Amino acid sequence: MGAVYCGVDIGASSTKLVLVGDDGRVMARAMELSGVDYAATARRCLETARAIAGGAAEPTATIATGYGRDNVDFAQETRTEIHCHGLGCWHGLNKAMSIVDIGGQDNKVIHLDENGRRREFRMNRKCAAGTGAFLEEIALRLALPVGDLNALATMATESVSLGSFCTVFAKTEILAHLRRGAPVQGIVRGAFESVVARIIEMDPLEGTVVATGGVVAHNPMIVEILAAKLGRPVLIPTAPQFTGALGAALTAAGLHEQTRPEPA
Amino acid sequence: MSDKSSKIKALQATGLMRELMGGHFRELDEAARTRDRKIAWCTSVGPAELLRSFGFLVYFPENHGAVLGSSRAAADLIPLANARGYSPDICSYLTSDIGSYLAGRTPLQKAFGMAGVPRPDILVYNTNQCRDVQDWFAFYQREWSVPMVGIDTQRSLGDLTADHMDGLVAQHRALIPVLEQVSGRKFDLDRLKEVVASSYRCTQLWKRVLQLAAHRPSPLTFFDATIQMGPAVVLRGTPEAEQYYPVLIAELEARIAAGEAAVGGEKHRFYWEGMPVWGKLRDHAEHFASLGVCVVASTYCNSWIFEPLGEADPFEGMARSYTELFIVRSEAYKEAYLKRMIDLYAIDGVIYHDAKTCPNNSNCRYGLPKRLSDSTGVPYVTINGDLNDLRLYSEEQTRTQFEALVEQLPGRR
Repeated sequence: MGAVYCGVDIGASSTKLVLVGDDGRVMARAMELSGVDYAATARRCLETARAIAGGAAEPTATIATGYGRDNVDFAQETRTEIHCHGLGCWHGLNKAMSIVDIGGQDNKVIHLDENGRRREFRMNRKCAAGTGAFLEEIALRLALPVGDLNALATMATESVSLGSFCTVFAKTEILAHLRRGAPVQGIVRGAFESVVARIIEMDPLEGTVVATGGVVAHNPMIVEILAAKLGRPVLIPTAPQFTGALGAALTAAGLHEQTRPEPA
Repeated sequence: MSDKSSKIKALQATGLMRELMGGHFRELDEAARTRDRKIAWCTSVGPAELLRSFGFLVYFPENHGAVLGSSRAAADLIPLANARGYSPDICSYLTSDIGSYLAGRTPLQKAFGMAGVPRPDILVYNTNQCRDVQDWFAFYQREWSVPMVGIDTQRSLGDLTADHMDGLVAQHRALIPVLEQVSGRKFDLDRLKEVVASSYRCTQLWKRVLQLAAHRPSPLTFFDATIQMGPAVVLRGTPEAEQYYPVLIAELEARIAAGEAAVGGEKHRFYWEGMPVWGKLRDHAEHFASLGVCVVASTYCNSWIFEPLGEADPFEGMARSYTELFIVRSEAYKEAYLKRMIDLYAIDGVIYHDAKTCPNNSNCRYGLPKRLSDSTGVPYVTINGDLNDLRLYSEEQTRTQFEALVEQLPGRR
């Protein structure tokens, strides 16, 4: 059996792990809620992924990323999520792009040039408005499982606009909308549009746009709204929640296309 | 990607600086108890030289603000001022300092055995930095019924015109009768010239300190400089400031001669634009060092270089010095200035600190970082934080931004 390379992305909500071979081919993916013991969660994800890969060997090299990147005891090095999402997207597309990553706790916009080199990146301000945490709060206010949001937004016949930047203020706005009898589907759709509005105000999003992250994986309607706002399609990589972990695994494998040297 | 072992080298001269600063605070404490010398409170880039010429001991509340921030005392103190109607959105030096007064406690008590902050005989501000300093001093004016006077400086200036200068010089001169009355001394032009000359010599020495960081590897970091600037801020115009910096310069020059770096294995050179995050100074210094980054220079530390103090007329010198500062200037001036700094210090990346409670010294809000990066090719990040209020700071986002900037540099994997 050939060498195995591992990337693990410990995010605010979930831990994602990807194993790749020498050629960058994905061998297995595993995911768990991050919980409170990041090291243990990462280790369990590794064991799960090794089993999925048919009893793969211990990884030759592991790179950790995400907020818990310093807590993975079997990782040799760390990289930021910005690096890893960039590489994870570049690996499949090999073209200049703007990456929108909507995570549980923060949003990122990453620009890669035609060589995969990062030109610029932005992160949301400290406020969690527009992130997965915002949607979790909205689901709580509406007494809904967060997993139901996408289906409800899809059913909406109207959108209830949420004007506030602030998650807490948005929840207060929702109370007012509920009092006047606004449909829940429309409120959820409004929350999705609010997420997209926060993204669009971060960056002009020129060129090819790719969306990644857990919020994108679970709520494809958000990507549809983003595409409608931009007036062009938005690409979604395979397994968008695992893009960061894939970038980390590719880095571990030495497949650093994202920042490869300029051709001589 | 980071090396966790500390690569920061401590400066030996700091011991002498602490002695001199201690002397300054003990002198103030003595005067506050005995009232045998008059005390003036002055904003950090205010007319300290004029005050010293009247024999005032000068106390700088902004320095106290930084002490409250770096000691992390601010966290418990800011809410006390908030509860008195001072918004969490205004200057957190102001809210920390007023909170400290309301609580009756300051790190100066433990550090220098002071009874508390020294009560002033007069409050003297300059609005060159912001209006907050005036409102800050006004609290104490009401609290203690002491006189408050100041200089009202225009802001967002391009070139300084003769009209600007005439008005500013007139405002400086207009302070004289009040200062004579409070100090009980007649104005002495020769004494003012002596103090201004001393301040100018201090400025030249401080400039030399900062410019040594242009050497590769740098013998000094921004984080060192925020501490080492103490005498240039609070002791300028005194012999002690002139005594200190030659010692520091000698140590830095010795480092250069020996090829010693402030950050061992310096690989990248960053510039810090905006206020320090005082409560995270050590953490930031360690983090950058672990990444092989030396933050070599900053607008903040450069702001105590007052070249025009060398002018023949001391009033012109003060007026021009305290108005030609970066913080007072137009966006176009700031952009050109930062471009010069990027060239002078061979900067690989720029950190902009968007300090929530300090809009006047957050120079990233009108598109400047992107314009400058587009014209120089030097990448940047903007961190959201604050000078003193750590409720406005996100540790994880900041660390990720710092590391991502390093990853983005040419030659990095």
